[in-house]
Amino acid sequence: MWRQRILALAKKEFFTLLKDKKSRFVIIGPPIIQLLVFGYAATFDLSHLPFAVYNEDRGSPSRDLIAHFSGSPNFKAVATLNREAQVAPLINRRDALLVLHIGPQFTRNLLLGQPAQLQVIVDGRNSNTAVLALNYVRTIVNRFNQQWAESQGRTGPPARLEVRAWFNPNLLSRWFIVPGIVGLLTLVVTMLVTALSVAREREQGTFDQLLVTPLRPVDILIGKALPGFLIGVGEATVIIVVAVLWFEVPLLGNLLTLYVGVILFLLSAIGVGLMISSLSVTQQQGLLGAFLFLVPAIILSGFATPIANMPPLVQELTLINPMRYFMVILRGVFLEGVPLSLLVQQLWPLAAIAVVTLTLAGALFRRRMY
Amino acid sequence: MRLRGLIRKEFLQVLRDPSSIAIAFVMPVVLLLLFGYGVSLDAKHVPLALVIDQPSADTASFTGAFQESQYFRPTMKATMRAAEQALLQGEVNGIVRLRADFSRRLHGDTSAPIQVIVNGVNANDARLIQGYVEGVWVNWLEDLARARGEELNIPIRLQQRVWFNSELRSRNYLVPGLIAVIMTLIGALLTAMVMAREWERGTMEALMVTPVAMREVLLGKLIPYFLLGMGGMLLSVIMAVWLFGVPLRGSLAVLFVAASLFLLVALGMGLLISIVAKNQFVAGQVAIIVTFLPAFILSGFIFDIGSMPQIVQLLTHLIAARYFVSILQTVFLAGNVWAVLVPNALALIAMAVIFLGLSRRRARKRLD
Repeated sequence: MWRQRILALAKKEFFTLLKDKKSRFVIIGPPIIQLLVFGYAATFDLSHLPFAVYNEDRGSPSRDLIAHFSGSPNFKAVATLNREAQVAPLINRRDALLVLHIGPQFTRNLLLGQPAQLQVIVDGRNSNTAVLALNYVRTIVNRFNQQWAESQGRTGPPARLEVRAWFNPNLLSRWFIVPGIVGLLTLVVTMLVTALSVAREREQGTFDQLLVTPLRPVDILIGKALPGFLIGVGEATVIIVVAVLWFEVPLLGNLLTLYVGVILFLLSAIGVGLMISSLSVTQQQGLLGAFLFLVPAIILSGFATPIANMPPLVQELTLINPMRYFMVILRGVFLEGVPLSLLVQQLWPLAAIAVVTLTLAGALFRRRMY
Repeated sequence: MRLRGLIRKEFLQVLRDPSSIAIAFVMPVVLLLLFGYGVSLDAKHVPLALVIDQPSADTASFTGAFQESQYFRPTMKATMRAAEQALLQGEVNGIVRLRADFSRRLHGDTSAPIQVIVNGVNANDARLIQGYVEGVWVNWLEDLARARGEELNIPIRLQQRVWFNSELRSRNYLVPGLIAVIMTLIGALLTAMVMAREWERGTMEALMVTPVAMREVLLGKLIPYFLLGMGGMLLSVIMAVWLFGVPLRGSLAVLFVAASLFLLVALGMGLLISIVAKNQFVAGQVAIIVTFLPAFILSGFIFDIGSMPQIVQLLTHLIAARYFVSILQTVFLAGNVWAVLVPNALALIAMAVIFLGLSRRRARKRLD
């Protein structure tokens, strides 16, 4: 009997979510489009960085050095300068991210075995891009140094670095970002489905009607949560498939482990969404609540900027953020193949958040009745 | 006169449901505080495992270089196995290993290898760590050469100069970017619901039978929220400069002209969503989708637009936040560079005209 009632309620929720073309499109279209666009857009791997050359030297080694830059896929030559005064406008206008300045003594010093200067001027407006660009420059200069030392028959430095990266040998930031996008879009979709659902009924007055039916708050909770859960699992599956087949992100771990994470995360996100929704009297408040949760949840999740870089107080604040745990699970399962047993540390907080928020949401259904 | 009445009505509605005031004033403060402190790409005190197979004076000087660096927090591990375990469990982000023959090869003819392993899952972090390790290594080589009484033989020496942000503080560019993201949210959130609400509650029909023109209805909606939004902007700029110490090198007037242009675009977008959706539920959902994530990912606030594929770069031109981020980063860090400001401002004007024009066209005094 009660099962039928819940099913009826869930069915009604599905209908309101998917009843017209606009609503259907809003839930299904954008996540797929955003996955494709963001999958390509969200990358820390820099390519075609515009650079300009101000070369006062006439020797072939300087031309050789510049060729190392022009030949790299990370850089793109945009201008050749012949006066110092041309440097500032070029960088100010953002036409070039960096300018390589080679002084007139470059070749002479190089041949004499004295240190030859290469000055690099970088636009620091986006400091992360600047740091990474300088790293690329250093890599190219190191390679040039090594070749030069070999060609001159000189010995290299007494010790050298041999760097290897585990789990992501080519350091493709896409491998890091795309699993994160799985979490991002799953969260957004669940918020879309749940955050306004109770608020709307409250604003329209139909929630009071729901409360006088024989349905218990638990039944209402399940009925409200079920559509969000099913849509969430469906969208997460589509996104995971696209991540693996389209973006070719390796999925080393177990699918079962991944889905345990997906399910617990969805439950906690639905709990938060329903809690916001039942706290708000108008839909505008529901929308505000959704944003006030969504935006910090994403920015403080470790999706783009590492949690380790945050100050201790903010780091502790992230402990109540379900996204934080889901990010670790996603990246662990995708890239490192972490087994379920090692993820307990991430899974139990998710379960705890789910239990607390769902209980609160259920309790709040009754509170606001007047 | 009629317009004044409409504006008064809208203000009263704002006061009745305080969520609009919360959007304009509480949201920017909370979000800027959280992100200003929370979002940083500067890795410091990176946990690192050091494995020394056979300690000697040379290895001690090398590990000393790591201990002095502010970028690393090294811990000694007895065996490679233990270090690898620590890397797998996420205790450390990298391993530096000196093999047993390090000292012998350092003083011999062949150069001694230093094995470095970084956790590549976070590729950006891994790159930064690699850069820091190289920095420590070069400094150590120089010290070593000086101790031997010779000059380190590096053919080309890199001399780097970073303009506008010489300490490479990521907060200096993230905070202006965050202002753009937050203003996108404020603008769209404030207006996304307002027209839909009138349709849904049937008060639109009541408005239609009055002599007010549609133009006046729209202006009555825009003006109060524009004022609220500019208040939020002022608050954000004050916090950026006084709390986070971001330099403001351009003029305040330019900043506020740009902000009002951007706010018009954001409000216009919210208004259009609201008019097209005609119901608050769908309008709210659309606002969630089209505002935050695109402004976060496609605006150049954190991910470099120039490195995106061509087609995605074209798409970013549809995101108003892209122009505003560019203006903000330039006005804050570089100054009034008209060559950057004018094209971006023109793009914002064009977008404002399009959004507001479309809103005007779609909002008709007609019942469907």
